[in-house]
Amino acid sequence: MTTESGPGLTPRLFRLAQPLLRPFSWGDFVVLATLGVLLFLGVRLGLAVPEVLKASEISLAPGVLPYYAALSCGRMLAAYLLSLTFSLIYGTLAAKHQLAEKILLPLLDVLQSVPILSFLPVALLTFSAFLPLAVAVELAAIFLIFTSQAWNLTFAWYQSLRTIPRDLEEASTVFRFPAWLRFKHLELPFAAISLIWNSMMSWAGGWFFLMAAEMFSAGQRDFRLPGLGSYLQEAANQGSIESLVWGLGTMVCIIVLLDQLVWRPLLAWAEKFKLQMVESEHPATSWFYDALRGSLLLKALWQRLLFPLFAALDQMLLRCFGQPAERKVRETSRPWLRLALGGLGSLLLAVGLWEAGAFLWQVSFGQWAAILTGLGATLLRVTAAMVIALAWTVPLGVAIGTKPRLAALLQPLVQVVASIPATALFPVVLLLFLQFPGGLNVAAVFLMLLGTQWYLLFNIIAGASAIPRDLHYTSALLRQRLVDRWRTLILPAIFPYVITGGITASGGAWNASIVAEYVQFGGRSLSTTGLGAIIAQATAAGDYPLLWAATLCMILAVATINRLFWRRLFRLAEERYRLD
Amino acid sequence: MNSHASLLDLRRVSQVYWSGGRSFTAIKDIDLHLEEGEFVALLGPSGCGKSTLLRIITGLQKPTSGRVLYRGEPLEGVNPHATIVFQTFALFPWLTVLENVEVALKARGVPAKLRASRALDLLDRVGLDGFETAYPRELSGGMRQKVGFARAMAVEPELLCLDEPFSALDVLSAESLRGELLELWIGGNIPTRAILLVTHNIEEAVLMADRIVVMDKDPGRVMTDFRVDFPHPRQRKDARFLDLVDRVYMILAGHTQPEHLELGTAPGEPGRTRALPHISIDDLAGLLEHLDAMPGNRADIYALARELRMSSDDLLQLIDAAELLGFATVAHGDITLTSLGQTFAEASIRSRKEIFATRLRRLPIFKWLMAMLQAADRKQLEWDVVQKALELEFHEEEAERQLETVINWGRYAEMLAYDDSSEIIFLEPGAGVSGPH
Repeated sequence: MTTESGPGLTPRLFRLAQPLLRPFSWGDFVVLATLGVLLFLGVRLGLAVPEVLKASEISLAPGVLPYYAALSCGRMLAAYLLSLTFSLIYGTLAAKHQLAEKILLPLLDVLQSVPILSFLPVALLTFSAFLPLAVAVELAAIFLIFTSQAWNLTFAWYQSLRTIPRDLEEASTVFRFPAWLRFKHLELPFAAISLIWNSMMSWAGGWFFLMAAEMFSAGQRDFRLPGLGSYLQEAANQGSIESLVWGLGTMVCIIVLLDQLVWRPLLAWAEKFKLQMVESEHPATSWFYDALRGSLLLKALWQRLLFPLFAALDQMLLRCFGQPAERKVRETSRPWLRLALGGLGSLLLAVGLWEAGAFLWQVSFGQWAAILTGLGATLLRVTAAMVIALAWTVPLGVAIGTKPRLAALLQPLVQVVASIPATALFPVVLLLFLQFPGGLNVAAVFLMLLGTQWYLLFNIIAGASAIPRDLHYTSALLRQRLVDRWRTLILPAIFPYVITGGITASGGAWNASIVAEYVQFGGRSLSTTGLGAIIAQATAAGDYPLLWAATLCMILAVATINRLFWRRLFRLAEERYRLD
Repeated sequence: MNSHASLLDLRRVSQVYWSGGRSFTAIKDIDLHLEEGEFVALLGPSGCGKSTLLRIITGLQKPTSGRVLYRGEPLEGVNPHATIVFQTFALFPWLTVLENVEVALKARGVPAKLRASRALDLLDRVGLDGFETAYPRELSGGMRQKVGFARAMAVEPELLCLDEPFSALDVLSAESLRGELLELWIGGNIPTRAILLVTHNIEEAVLMADRIVVMDKDPGRVMTDFRVDFPHPRQRKDARFLDLVDRVYMILAGHTQPEHLELGTAPGEPGRTRALPHISIDDLAGLLEHLDAMPGNRADIYALARELRMSSDDLLQLIDAAELLGFATVAHGDITLTSLGQTFAEASIRSRKEIFATRLRRLPIFKWLMAMLQAADRKQLEWDVVQKALELEFHEEEAERQLETVINWGRYAEMLAYDDSSEIIFLEPGAGVSGPH
């Protein structure tokens, strides 16, 4: 049955005219195939859960990889759903209440620059206080991934709530949209594209930290969760190249599958949420989305089952959140509540500060000196990584961005390479670098580079491809020399993009220092001077005052660099070098 | 239809905005009365607070002071009996034409079964059947606005507010849509009790409304309010029509005042600082050249708008600038070129700049800025410093626009220079020294 309706045999022209005569399209084939594969995998995996999953040791047999991959994906999904829920609530609060905004936004800014790995022992300790250890470890891992996924999503949601066009906002108010309708027809659709893009970024960030979240030590104890991340780490520890290749291959497969089956279709679907009133010239497309849309099976399923289900849900939500969402100006009508909340908040804050201060007191003078030295060393390393990244991404990015033929060739390749989380490559890099002089000191720079160069590259490609054709022609007509062309056209045009990429890259490099400057490898731990190493060592040794102090230092350093350096350049870029 | 029941009453409504410790009055002491059966046009130059007033009437915004009564009751929150048709259509781009109308019904709590048929009926009435499943981006501007009208009708408003609904459309679809709206309104096919049309298009107001309320700016206030009592359908070539359009132009263009009133005072001094109209100097030169070619160097302003195919708003701004610079005078709805204006129109580019510069030196705002620059260190000032000083007279946005205009004019006259990257205003060498007083 399915062979008859293969793509080659069904002329698509007739499908629309005579849907009943040709009940199956190639879309149905895809849907059936997908269902079949999913079922098969589910049954196979379900029937033959190997014992190794329950063991505390990580198995390196390739046969165990599908299970590990499934477990890792499950963790990612759980963390992502948590992030999404968190973002919707937090962003809404910040956008709709002036008072909340004053506290929540700066807090988010701080949270964003906190080195995520420092959260882990804290999270683990908190969870294990009231949960069995196995559950606590799992939750701590999910929480860690959450902290790498949530912030940009929250910002995206907040941003789009704040930038809803005034006329649409007013139309919803004048037509007295209840809260649910407002959310469903105004806020969510307006934010959709930004949320999808940020979700993709969040998943990329999640993979990065998954590696660290599945296997870590806090204090004297080692914790390991079966998963792709721990598989790769274990493979590196044992120095098994074969297992590393298997693990990386699985990783790439999953990322490509997610891209093709989830993100591309979502982007193609989200085309309709574009605000512009003209048809876009290069709409996002996806073969899988086209297949799903062309599938009659799915259509029937939608009409018979899903649509009535959604309609009922819609009705229910409308009843629950059916009050017209009028902007209340009467926030001040309950001053005692605000006073009480404010008082409680300040009290908690004061207690917290006191405790934190007392904690810092336990850090010895020598340790503070080490932290400062480490700060300097890591700063140098971050700078080196940024310089190296710029040195190769600017020429390549401009080449890809300005030459469509080269772009067609390299873009997919670059995307796949960039999608491999740098942490997954760490073991491979270490195997290579540790044999050379310089050792971890040099390797750490390279590791930071791995994690951050892509932000720069993609931004530069975007910037270079945004240079209007006519400016290129003008430059050619003026017979500018190559140097002049770079100076007057290309560098100014990509400058804002370099800055945007640079901000993310520099923050990322600081964060990566924690995993880069201290590694456990082949059964031993290696470290080099640096703030990241101090944080990682403090985590491993369970020295919480030191961990706290070093983390604080890193937050301050990143925040200061952002304020004093990047923000200024950013403003300069926005004002002077904008092409529009 | 009981046509004399009061629908809407505004009593001494004012809107004041605060910025940086100073207040700016957007609209001041507006009294407005609307009865059932009335089609009222609210007409005025841009910046006179028409749209602010519309937001206050629909309850989107609460006025700083004054009372808004709807059917005798004070208005609390959004007025459930009023709706708006927006200049920008405000359609949800992700919903189809049908869904855009349905969602308004859904918000009103119309049961799911009735929604689709009601929405289809409304779309049918505005002539959009066949386009139910189209997305707004697939439609022309005129058709989008029809969806906007259908959506507004869906909630069966008593008071239909139109916020410049035709100004984003091309001439022909605007005209046909006006006709269709009038047909619905006059035929009594809609449950709407009164229509309030905000516009800056004088002919549109005269064509459609039973009453025209003319507003002026700085601060926004009602200048005059009169009835249009000849029957529909009105012809644009009709003598009564032309006469009325001429009259409205006369009111809006005003009379050229004696010079000291026309020029106003410098920022920071007692008295009003005259806001410079935001026009391009090329357009001004074009207008003067056009007048120079007319017999007697004069023209009827409303006729001028037709000849030049300009919106009344843009034309009035240009005329304002010509008056301010002494290139033309306005009286009784006519504009006449002064001899200086004639010289300017016939002069070469170089001499034009010189004439322009001598005129600018008479404007208090320029005198003030030149004196500041003379006194300043190295004869230069930062943009922000000047803007802050201007904010003593204008609200922030307006101060910024005023400074932009001042710099544009000053650059044209070669009195000022401005460096965009350092945001510094310079005195052109020699510009401040010479010049007759």
